[in-house]
Amino acid sequence: MAVTVTIPTALRQYAAGQAAISIASGTIGEVLQGLVDAHPQLGRQLYNEQQQLRSFVNVYVGDEDIRYLQGLATPVPDGETVSIIPAIAGGVVRDA
Amino acid sequence: MPDATLTNEEIRRYSRHLILPEFGMAAQRQLKQGSVLLIGAGGLGSPLALYLAAAGVGHLGIVDFDTVDESNLQRQIAHGTSTVGVNKALSARRRIADLNPHVEVTVIDEPISSENALALMQPYQVIIDGTDNFPTRYLTNDAAVLLKKPNIYGSIFRFEGQATVFWPDRGGPCYRCLYPEPPPPGLVPSCAEGGVLGVLPGVIGTIQATEAIKILTGTGEPLIGRLMLYDALTMRFRELRLRRNPACPVCGDQPNITELIDYQQFCGIVPEPAAASDEITPPAVAAWLTRDDRPFLLDVREANEWEIGHIAGAVRISVNELVNRLNELDSAVEMVVYCRSGVRSGRAVEMLRQAGFRKVQNMAGGILRWSAEVDPSIPQY
Repeated sequence: MAVTVTIPTALRQYAAGQAAISIASGTIGEVLQGLVDAHPQLGRQLYNEQQQLRSFVNVYVGDEDIRYLQGLATPVPDGETVSIIPAIAGGVVRDA
Repeated sequence: MPDATLTNEEIRRYSRHLILPEFGMAAQRQLKQGSVLLIGAGGLGSPLALYLAAAGVGHLGIVDFDTVDESNLQRQIAHGTSTVGVNKALSARRRIADLNPHVEVTVIDEPISSENALALMQPYQVIIDGTDNFPTRYLTNDAAVLLKKPNIYGSIFRFEGQATVFWPDRGGPCYRCLYPEPPPPGLVPSCAEGGVLGVLPGVIGTIQATEAIKILTGTGEPLIGRLMLYDALTMRFRELRLRRNPACPVCGDQPNITELIDYQQFCGIVPEPAAASDEITPPAVAAWLTRDDRPFLLDVREANEWEIGHIAGAVRISVNELVNRLNELDSAVEMVVYCRSGVRSGRAVEMLRQAGFRKVQNMAGGILRWSAEVDPSIPQY
C-alpha cells in the first residue's frame, strides 16, 4: 500500500541521495508529511514558514498538478507516482 | 521579409527536408521567411543556433553579452577554441556563416532588460528562452505574453532538463502559470554550483529547436500545455500536464501585469554596494540577540574550533562548505556571521552577498573580540 515519490536532482541531497522514495498511500498532504518525517531536511525545501507548499515547488499526482485537483487533500491511489518539480533556471551555465 | 523563392543551391542544400512528405517546398519556404530570437547563446542556445541555421530559418537574432570561455566548450558547441574571448552572439554568427550563409544573423551583444525587451522581440515570430537565471526567465515570459508570441522554454540542472512551449495566445499556459513566483536567491542552487552534463543542453536545446521549426511551419502538434521532463541518468522522458491559470497575473482572465516590471527586484536580487554596514560589533550583536527580532547567527569555523567555544544559539557551517550548503540558509532572515577573528566570516559575507543574501553582516573581530568585550568565559585561542 505505497506510492512512489520521485525526488528531483536539486533536492536529492536532502533525501539521502535517493531519486525515488516509497511512502504509504493517503492524501498528497499525508504522503508529503511521510516524506518529510523520513527526511526532515526536505521540509524547509517544500514548505514556507506558514507551512504552505512553496510557490516554486510544484507537486504532481500522475501527470496532473495538485493545484488543479484537490490541493493537499488530493488522494494518491496505491501504485501512483508523485512528482516534485521545483523551478530550475539553468541554461547558459556560468562558469565563474 | 526575405524572398520566399528557393534558389537551386538552396534546393540542393535542403533536399532532405524537401522530400519529406509532411514538409516539402512550402514548409521550407516558411522557414526561409521565418524569424527566431534566441535569448542566450550558451548551452541551450548553441544547439538551437546550429540546428535552426542548418534547417534554413531565414533570420536568427541572438542575444548574449557574455564572452566565450574555455570551460564553455564542454557543451556550448556553437563556439570553438578559436573564438575564446569573443562575444558569444558574434562567435555563433561566425560559426553559422560557415554552416549556412543563407541565414541572416542579428547579433545583440547587450543584456535583455525591461527597457529593451519588447523592442528586441517585436521583429521575431518565435522567442526561445535559453537563459540561466530567474529574472531573465520572468522577463522573457512576460514580454512574450504581452506580444502574444510563442516562448519556447528549456531549462537544465545537472542531469535533468525541462522543455515546453508557453503560448497563452493559443490557449496554453505561461511560465507564471507554472511557477507564479521565483525562489528566493540562494534557496535553489545554480548550475554554476551544481555543474551540468555537457550533452544535456544538447538534448533539451534540440527539443526546443524542433518546436521552433514545427511552429514556423505549422507542422505537427506543438509542446503546448505539456512539460517534457528528461532525466539523463535513468534515460527517461516524462510528460506532465500544464494548465493555463485563469488567475495568472500576466496571462490570466484579468491580468494585472500589463507592462514589464523590475525583474531583479521581483526575484529578490537587489544589488547593494559592500559598505561599512557589512560589519557589526560584538556588543551590538549581543544586544540584538536579546531582542525578539534576533538575527540568525552563523559560525563559519571548523568543528574543532567550535569545540573550543561558540556563541549560544549559533549554527556552524564551515566557510569551506558554505557554497554547497546555501540551501540551508534563509535569505529572508537577518544574519550575523562570525569566525575567530573576522577574516573568514568576511569572506563568507561576500560569498553570501554574491549569492543574493542581502541581510547579512560580519561580526567585526570575531569570537576573539566577543570574548574580550562580551563574554570572557569563551576562551581565546
